[in-house]
Amino acid sequence: MPDVFVVSDNILSPLGLTTAENFAQLTKNITGIKEHNDANMSASSFYAALFDKKNDLIKDSNESIYTKFEQILNASVSNALENSGIDTSDKKTILIISSTKGNISLLETETFNSTLQKRIALHTSAKLVAEYFRFVNQPVVISNACISGLLAILVGLRLIQSGQYENAVIAGADVISKFVLSGFQSLQAISDEPCKPFDQARSGISLGEGAGTLILSSRKKYEEGIKIMGGSVNNDANHISGPSRTGEELAGVITKALQEANISASEIDFISAHGTATLYNDEMEANAITIAGLQSVPVNSLKGYYGHTLGAAGLIESIISIHSLKENLVLPTMGFKQPGVTKPLNICSALLHGPFQNCLKTASGFGGCNAAIVYGRSGNMLN
Amino acid sequence: MFAEKYLNANCVISNHLVLKNEKTIFENKQTDLHEFLLSAYNYFGLNYPKFYKMDNSSKLGWLASEILLKDNFNAEKYRPDEIGLVLANANSSLDTDLKYFETVKDIPSPSVFVYTLPNIMIGEICIRNNFKGENAFFVFEEFDAEFMEKYVSNLINNNILKACIFGWVDLLEEDYKAALFWVEKEKSEQSILFTQDNINKIFKADNG
Repeated sequence: MPDVFVVSDNILSPLGLTTAENFAQLTKNITGIKEHNDANMSASSFYAALFDKKNDLIKDSNESIYTKFEQILNASVSNALENSGIDTSDKKTILIISSTKGNISLLETETFNSTLQKRIALHTSAKLVAEYFRFVNQPVVISNACISGLLAILVGLRLIQSGQYENAVIAGADVISKFVLSGFQSLQAISDEPCKPFDQARSGISLGEGAGTLILSSRKKYEEGIKIMGGSVNNDANHISGPSRTGEELAGVITKALQEANISASEIDFISAHGTATLYNDEMEANAITIAGLQSVPVNSLKGYYGHTLGAAGLIESIISIHSLKENLVLPTMGFKQPGVTKPLNICSALLHGPFQNCLKTASGFGGCNAAIVYGRSGNMLN
Repeated sequence: MFAEKYLNANCVISNHLVLKNEKTIFENKQTDLHEFLLSAYNYFGLNYPKFYKMDNSSKLGWLASEILLKDNFNAEKYRPDEIGLVLANANSSLDTDLKYFETVKDIPSPSVFVYTLPNIMIGEICIRNNFKGENAFFVFEEFDAEFMEKYVSNLINNNILKACIFGWVDLLEEDYKAALFWVEKEKSEQSILFTQDNINKIFKADNG
């Protein structure tokens, strides 16, 4: 099977419009999470990382045929494609879109009928993005709860490894509206202060919106850089909205990802965990990381900067990890102060300097799904 | 070259008909979707209290998986992580999204909200059967046999899975269709070769 390399990427978030802008903000310990008072979204105030209402990036519905969801996807893909050398009209290039809820906010302002049904459909948004960039192949859409972003990257990896394609443009996005916010509020899963991953006083998630794009290729000209070493997805067959108590299944995908990468646990230099800051998720992850033999490896969660960006999270957090490898600089866990999980972990609480060779990214989601991907410096990239 | 793979069972539910291996085995035309799903559940003698709390999409997908595997699945043949699920549809979880958003106007319902993700039906089928292998939920405008055949083949060829349920489960209000396939490496009595043509032929079997 061919090796698969990272060509380029973009993060578009309330913290910045490019990966470089985002990474710089994170190194300065700046978060996108703020308190919001918006009666259209919630009767009470809430913390979340949202795009400013007034910005030059997102146009109103009377000024653009694209929804906010599609506009942030387009802007992210556009930036990632710039100077990438990737030809979207090449038959060997595939577009993959990841999202949990896409255009669902249209239910809040429009009357439901068959036109709206089509407008909300994720395949409609994917087609609009594909047409905007003149992709020739039908786009692929993944909607698999909170692992959507990592699964989309794995789907891209597999479509390239199987020889069907040579390049994959993988873009994920979600926007936060009343629909999603009220749902997590009804589950009593929203923290009443900015989220605190792995902390003793953690009390739930903060939501966030954003988009991320990762471009992969098997072409030799991209081999100097970061390589996708391996990855795995599974299901814990336990509960549709609560994680496994043991963490065995997340440990299982970590172990399989390491096997596919052909490296041992001791060769992982840092972990970017899911770290949503709910009691059960962080506890389960600590168990899984311990079972996989990685309990002493530095681990961070980026949810304190971005909130939980749902279908974009796997992409945004993978891209930050990839840049951490490149720049030999691992970020701290915003919001973390006192260890708050039963199994002790090595939580990053300050900037950590490399050299680093490999990292692990994990995610877990509703429906019992788990995913893990190993990224590494390719052989030719000197540390 | 990679070894042949076989479709060892299939189940299509649409137009208030249930087809197993291309034969109609249940029909209940004079009813709405909810009653139809319940009548099929009772007819096949299923006993799974969690069924009643599922949303309609999960009920449909779960029911199709039960009928698919009945008499065609030997749990002792595989480890839990060797069996996977790859599903797709056109409308994601829109049917339940609409129902959830109705509750938001009054009191948002957490038990409806948890079904506003299409992959929850994969979770329900995994919980029922203790399947722990690779799973993925795709959204396409129409059923894409070519994509499915290639994607599932790749998982089996690379030993990521040994067996897989794959197919289509789409539901919006009273419009619905489920078509699930059980693919394995070993041939059985009713085996059909795992090809795009065979998948498409079975997918359209309810129209003939």
